[in-house]
Amino acid sequence: MEILRNLGEYCLLLYRAIRSSTEVSTYRSNLLAEMVKTGYDSIPIILLTGVFTGAVLTIQTAYQLQSSFIPKTTIGAIVVQSMLIELAAAISSLVLAGRVGARVATELGTMRVSEQVDALESMGFNSVTFLVVPRILSGILMFPILYVLASASGILGGITAGVLFGRLPATVFMHGAREFFYPWDVAFGMIKMIVFGFIITSVASYKGYYAHGGAEGVGKSTTQATVLGCIYILLADLILAAILL
Amino acid sequence: MIKVKNLKKSFGDHLIWEHVNLEIEDGQTLAIIGKSGSGKSVLLKHINALLNPDEGEVIIDGVNIYDLHYVELRKLRQRFGVLFQGAALFDSISAYENVAFPLRYFTDQSEEEIRKNVLHSLDLVDLGDIGNKSTAELSGGMRKRVGLARAIVMEPAYILYDEPTSGLDPETSDEINDLIIHMSENLDITSIVVTHDIHSVLRVADKAAFIDQQKISWSGTVEEMQTSTHERLKKFIKASEYQIQNY
Repeated sequence: MEILRNLGEYCLLLYRAIRSSTEVSTYRSNLLAEMVKTGYDSIPIILLTGVFTGAVLTIQTAYQLQSSFIPKTTIGAIVVQSMLIELAAAISSLVLAGRVGARVATELGTMRVSEQVDALESMGFNSVTFLVVPRILSGILMFPILYVLASASGILGGITAGVLFGRLPATVFMHGAREFFYPWDVAFGMIKMIVFGFIITSVASYKGYYAHGGAEGVGKSTTQATVLGCIYILLADLILAAILL
Repeated sequence: MIKVKNLKKSFGDHLIWEHVNLEIEDGQTLAIIGKSGSGKSVLLKHINALLNPDEGEVIIDGVNIYDLHYVELRKLRQRFGVLFQGAALFDSISAYENVAFPLRYFTDQSEEEIRKNVLHSLDLVDLGDIGNKSTAELSGGMRKRVGLARAIVMEPAYILYDEPTSGLDPETSDEINDLIIHMSENLDITSIVVTHDIHSVLRVADKAAFIDQQKISWSGTVEEMQTSTHERLKKFIKASEYQIQNY
């Protein structure tokens, strides 16, 4: 019963957000601020995640393919394809579920329990247009850009680790990467990131918007937003892979 | 004029109140009094439809606000100013921007006009130019004043005050009471004040309604309130007077 009620509230919030998304003048300035917070401010952690993921993946792949029958170019092919199809999107999104999801839920939850949401409504604003729409849109718009950065930094990390730890030269890595590069892999990664961006920001917005019970309630909403965000990302990852690959 | 007709509200199985009937004439100030947890703030949030009742109507200038489409309701809400218990200032922007906020979104005023109106509102609440102070830098009394300045900057016809003096020292409480009287007398604003502060009621209100035992158990003028024989109201007032005398 509780699950159905939550699902109903979530759908209603999304319906209100979609309906009011045409009121661009209401949320334009908020959207720009949210894009900075969701996108620009996440760049350092995304680059760091990408570099280390690519580096570790290269070393582990090289370790697994220690055979004279397998050309070293395979390492570059595997690392780049793995980054593009899965890791740049999934690992980045799990990190962003914590960084972006927690922030969105905390901000909206605090606004809710301190009556700032009621203040907006009582002035005549549509609080969903003003608060929820820009946050969801910023996720949809900025996550694909973060994906590009995560992929690029992952490949760079892979090349660097390969050279630095003597596993394979950069030219060999790139030769393998080019040989098995399919543009669809990038498109698939982008689609995933748009979906993940939507999931993280919409779930966090829902949890924050309906937060109650003071500081403890906000903490609970933030934890739920992060945990549910991660679970839904894993589920969506599986569904998208099954459908699109 | 605001008319509340036969309002009933429950949260789940818990009845908050029922059979609530009130009438507030233009320019009057009504105080809603009652113990903590009696549903005073919940009732206030029904006056501008921040909450919806299980039954009943709130009629403002002849229109039942619960019949309004959300877009029309938002327009109606622009005629209300609300001072929330904790002031509900937006903490991501400065105190000045809080007051300017509704003007930026709901009017076509130039920056100069906005500044003029913001400073006028701040003057009315005795704050003057607070510059770019963040809301975190404001004391409790100043927060209430900024909240009130924001509530009146759009020149509302109605102001709803939720516990305007709670958490303030007696001197600041009196200053806030003076402001409420000033708003009512000089700007001809119809006000509803939710409070459990009898001292405040005696100073600012024309009429009072006592919420007790899940209903409006008494209502009348402030003069009638002081001489009422209603046992539970007398007990409530006596407890408040005791607090005032012992301060």
